[in-house]
Amino acid sequence: MASELLKIEQLVKRYDEHTVINGLDLTVHSGEVVVVIGPSGCGKSTLLRCINGLEPIQGGSIKLSGDEIIHGSKNLPALRQKIGMVFQSYELFPHLSVIDNITLAPVKVQKRSKGEAEEEALRLLERVGLKDKAKQYPRQLSGGQKQRVAIVRALCMHPEVMLFDEVTAALDPEMVREVLDVMLNLAKQGRTMIIVTHEMQFAEAVADRVIFIDKGNIIEEGRPKEFFNSPKTERAKQFLNIFEFESVK
Amino acid sequence: MNIDFMLEYLPLYEKAAVLTVRIGCEGILIALSVGVICALIQYGKIPVLRRIVSVYIELSRNTPLLVQLFFIYYGLPKIGISTNAEVCGALGLGFLGGSYMSEAIRSGLETIEPIQTESALSLGLKPYQVMRYVILPQAVSVSMPAFMANIIFLLKETSVFSAISLMDLMFTAKDLIGLYYKTTESLFMLVVFYLIILLPVSIIGRIIERRVRYAGFGA
Repeated sequence: MASELLKIEQLVKRYDEHTVINGLDLTVHSGEVVVVIGPSGCGKSTLLRCINGLEPIQGGSIKLSGDEIIHGSKNLPALRQKIGMVFQSYELFPHLSVIDNITLAPVKVQKRSKGEAEEEALRLLERVGLKDKAKQYPRQLSGGQKQRVAIVRALCMHPEVMLFDEVTAALDPEMVREVLDVMLNLAKQGRTMIIVTHEMQFAEAVADRVIFIDKGNIIEEGRPKEFFNSPKTERAKQFLNIFEFESVK
Repeated sequence: MNIDFMLEYLPLYEKAAVLTVRIGCEGILIALSVGVICALIQYGKIPVLRRIVSVYIELSRNTPLLVQLFFIYYGLPKIGISTNAEVCGALGLGFLGGSYMSEAIRSGLETIEPIQTESALSLGLKPYQVMRYVILPQAVSVSMPAFMANIIFLLKETSVFSAISLMDLMFTAKDLIGLYYKTTESLFMLVVFYLIILLPVSIIGRIIERRVRYAGFGA
């Protein structure tokens, strides 16, 4: 197995009295694709937000290649460059064109030259089929296109791990596919990814490991085939059954 | 109306218009700088400064410009700061406009969803870069109509400068009326000159509003 990239130990996240994540352990290896599933409110998205240092945590530790991620710490911006995050609601910057959205951080944070960053941005855009949209503004794009741009924007920073937070949840069914295809390609290239999703078939196709979270902790984890075909815990069985329908006719 | 009279005193109005525009611009620049700083202090909820800013805003918005000008013009020399009428005019306008600009920017900042900040942070941008490149440009675009209204408001407020003996448009008109009793001509020219200054500002303002909205809306 490849080296440990992300190591989460005994993570605790509380909002006031409400405990969202309760002593969670998770290790992600380099090149691994981990899919996180679970009922809404189980702490999946919160987990990703903690990994990116967007939330203060109340216990445990999160380490990326040995460096601890601490909310509000001085070296957090440097660490975040190694973590690409894609949000459900895209969060492109509406006042910037597609190409400027992508090159903002490479130029301002990594101090790369504008020309070189744009060259790479165009290369990446071409790979997701959006080269001709480079000069357009986010409001001129469809949801699926925006999300692909958001993925490219994260990729252009050369992150070591990519976090996807329900990136297809806000999309029309027709556009889900184009975004998932981009993610499948990234997985094939050996990218390290942590994906929160409700797309079960996609999860089965893309994951090296599936993690089922409920009530703030990992209930079950395993290889996708085993997990989806023969879940061991009652809770996971119950959860997966929601997605099967009995014929009404 | 006496056209000859108007032509004769046209240069006087022109000079006064230049003065009005100059002090107006200086005052607006001060107001903008003060406004951005105050809005950032309030948006960032910086402890002590935040209180000072809200006191300033209430003080500035709830007292007339004329009173503020008198304080600056007659008050500053009393505490040993000597200054001239033009500086006082610009300072007074900046003091008044700062609070209006601040409120305009603050309301713009508050329309930007916090997740935009998070998205920018997640790319590795430092907090000041997030503000500079992501949040502020969007806030300014939202605030643009209020900005333009404030600019026009401030330019019109310059008409009280005559009270501290600045030879602006208002002063010139009053002077001519006092000297020659040509009330109609003097006031007519006053109106025309204010329109010459303000109409282009209005029109340019509307064009700018449309342009920034084009880039901004519909994330």
